[in-house]
Amino acid sequence: MRYVVPAAVFAVLVVFFWIGLSKDPSEVPSPFIGKPAPTFRLPELRNPEATVSNANLQGQPTVLNVWATWCVGCRQEHETLMQLASANMVPIYGLNYRDNREDALKWLDRLGDPYVAIGYDPEGAAGLDWGVYGAPETFLIDPSGIVVYKHLGPMTLSVWREEFMPRIQSMSGRGG
Amino acid sequence: MMRRIAALALALLLSVTALAIDSEGPMPNPELQARYDRLTNELRCLVCQNQTVADSNADLAKDLRDRTREMLLAGASDDQIIEFMTERYGDFVLYRPPVSNKTLLLWAAPVLLLIVGSLSAFLVIRRRSLAADLPEEGEDPFQTSEADLRS
Repeated sequence: MRYVVPAAVFAVLVVFFWIGLSKDPSEVPSPFIGKPAPTFRLPELRNPEATVSNANLQGQPTVLNVWATWCVGCRQEHETLMQLASANMVPIYGLNYRDNREDALKWLDRLGDPYVAIGYDPEGAAGLDWGVYGAPETFLIDPSGIVVYKHLGPMTLSVWREEFMPRIQSMSGRGG
Repeated sequence: MMRRIAALALALLLSVTALAIDSEGPMPNPELQARYDRLTNELRCLVCQNQTVADSNADLAKDLRDRTREMLLAGASDDQIIEFMTERYGDFVLYRPPVSNKTLLLWAAPVLLLIVGSLSAFLVIRRRSLAADLPEEGEDPFQTSEADLRS
């Protein structure tokens, strides 16, 4: 009987630590989920005269991928983005974050270009408005321009299948 | 004399950590500077999570410092700046998140722990003192002890 209380306390601690320590502390819930995408307007990376803005993220499900040439995770996920782009499911937009144009263009030449259009954000101002804190980050935006999901870290096919596909399917199911 | 030298040496040693990461220089007036210091010390750098925006030299922390500075210079209130940051980065960016359903346990935890701690301390102490009062096994409860005789 006298061991019941310490054993119960221990069990509770184990459960707390089990849950707490298995979480990734770098994954901060985005405050934008369920809210309209933050307003932005950026010059296009490849074609500085054109702009990329919220208008691009309307009318159909879209993906906005935050990347930079200095970002190792972006290099990792690039192949996956290429595959997703060639599968042609949803348009993938890029947000080139705190990078420089020359490097970014070289990267796309060398590795391929999965993006429909890329906003060029060398100062990270749009990134700040999107709450970006660690590239790569990938947002899923619904046809009405509402942010539905955010993935932090490199995109993988299993993340795509498990987190993005079901959400995209439910959007088209609603007739969006 | 030795004391002074020791104090000086200590001060020099400590000064290493006081290197400025803020490249922009001070704010135009002390009142703004105080608010700037207070705000950047309350904002969490999201890349290096156990540092404040004032401490961290990560690019993101610099962006947030610069934005805080710009907003202060443009006349924004502290609340407006905090709101601006939480809109983008959520409550997580604040070292002191507001009390809500989600953070209630966090805020209540110290009080709860204090209550649980003092309650169990009380119970343990009471049990021990009761046990001390009780006659030990094999002892004759009716025989007066030496202590009783002396009193």
